[in-house]
Amino acid sequence: MTTEEKNINITLKVWRQKSPDVKGRLETIEARDISTDMSFLEMLDTINEGLIIQSKEPIEFDNDCREGICGMCGAVVDGIPHGPESAMTLCQLHMRKFKNEDIIFVEPWRARAFPIIKDLIVDRSALDKIIQSGGFVSIAAGGAPDANSIPISQDIAEKAMDAAACIGCGACVAACPNASAMLFVSAKISQLALLPQGKPEAAQRAWNMVNTMDDCGFGNCTNEKECEAVCPKKISIVNIARMNREFFKSGFASQVL
Amino acid sequence: MNWLINTFGTSIGKKLLMALSGACFIGFLLGHLGGNTTLYFGKEAFNSYAEHLHALGILVNIAEISLLTLLVIHVVTGVTLFFQNLGARPQRYAVSKRAGGRTWASATMPYTGVLILIFVIFHLINFHFVEKTLDNTIFDIVSKTFVQPEFMIFYIIAMIIVAFHVSHGFWSLFQTLGANHPKYMPIITRVGIILSLVFGIGFGLLPIFVPLIAS
Repeated sequence: MTTEEKNINITLKVWRQKSPDVKGRLETIEARDISTDMSFLEMLDTINEGLIIQSKEPIEFDNDCREGICGMCGAVVDGIPHGPESAMTLCQLHMRKFKNEDIIFVEPWRARAFPIIKDLIVDRSALDKIIQSGGFVSIAAGGAPDANSIPISQDIAEKAMDAAACIGCGACVAACPNASAMLFVSAKISQLALLPQGKPEAAQRAWNMVNTMDDCGFGNCTNEKECEAVCPKKISIVNIARMNREFFKSGFASQVL
Repeated sequence: MNWLINTFGTSIGKKLLMALSGACFIGFLLGHLGGNTTLYFGKEAFNSYAEHLHALGILVNIAEISLLTLLVIHVVTGVTLFFQNLGARPQRYAVSKRAGGRTWASATMPYTGVLILIFVIFHLINFHFVEKTLDNTIFDIVSKTFVQPEFMIFYIIAMIIVAFHVSHGFWSLFQTLGANHPKYMPIITRVGIILSLVFGIGFGLLPIFVPLIAS
């Protein structure tokens, strides 16, 4: 294959918004000779280089590790958060998934709880607020405990680990038709509630995190399963059922309120 | 009692209200379908079923008031959730695609819900709030309605909508109640689909069958 064949020309329809308060719009940007070996973010880098040379504002987007583990990147590509590939973050999406002359829509996460800062960057501090409201365990300081002093079955450890795989990227919120954060919150509640170390505060944690989630202005879950479909870490909605159980225990069977 | 109001006031609390009231409606539909199957055995069977049902007296009134209360809960909570969810994303996406979770039934729950509410009101005016006499029994009222093609089609479409609503509602209520387990969820989903087919076919064939035996 020659280099010419590996390169494609694409048209981006990308969301441009100067600041949180001004009105944004979709801008059309033609990109020529994009190598199909590039990742989606490298493609944006290339376009930005061109924009900077032309003394234009580059497209602002969040990114960090670029290997799918930090949860920093993310945009809605052609209507799907993190793009068309399943179980992947945006940085792992490659231009070989696109064809020559494709028109690609790139939009930021859209939710009332995620105000746009600039272009594709949104403020996800609402997720931090939820974590702060209850995502911790009390640990007695002191000498390091012996290994395996608290028995945990393999099955439970795996479930907790699966929930803890959440990187907090916010794609679940972006994909949810109701902009609900329940998959995120359920993963954070589950990873602690499943383990003995997380049990003492389980009721208070479920209560605080669910209420903070509501206060942040996220929508309500209607079991559409779109979150699970776009989650780069394949977090299952089984966690949402577990969160509901934890919440019912907290609301109906505990003394936390 | 503040804890109760606070619990039901949260997003998950409202989901619970939807799930519990929805579960009761599925129970009601099963009972209603059970009763209506007497229509398949002809005029006498249906009229005698209606007579036996009304012989329960006060129990019927209790059931009616309970259903009305559940209806108010389901509709008010549903409408609240609908508008809250609309408000949670003030700016819509220019391009929006399904990633694979959403189905036609799940995407249209609020709309099928409204259509079912309209149908229920119409249905009650049609069959419930009419005077029944010895010359004009409930069977006569039903058969007179269904011989009119527009009513027949209206009722059949309404039953297809009910089937859609139940096909998402059934597994969804288990998920909301926290009963999602990899061992049982596939069975629950299948039962939901079978149940929606039973409702759709069981009720949906009546408007076609009744005019046949009435003439």
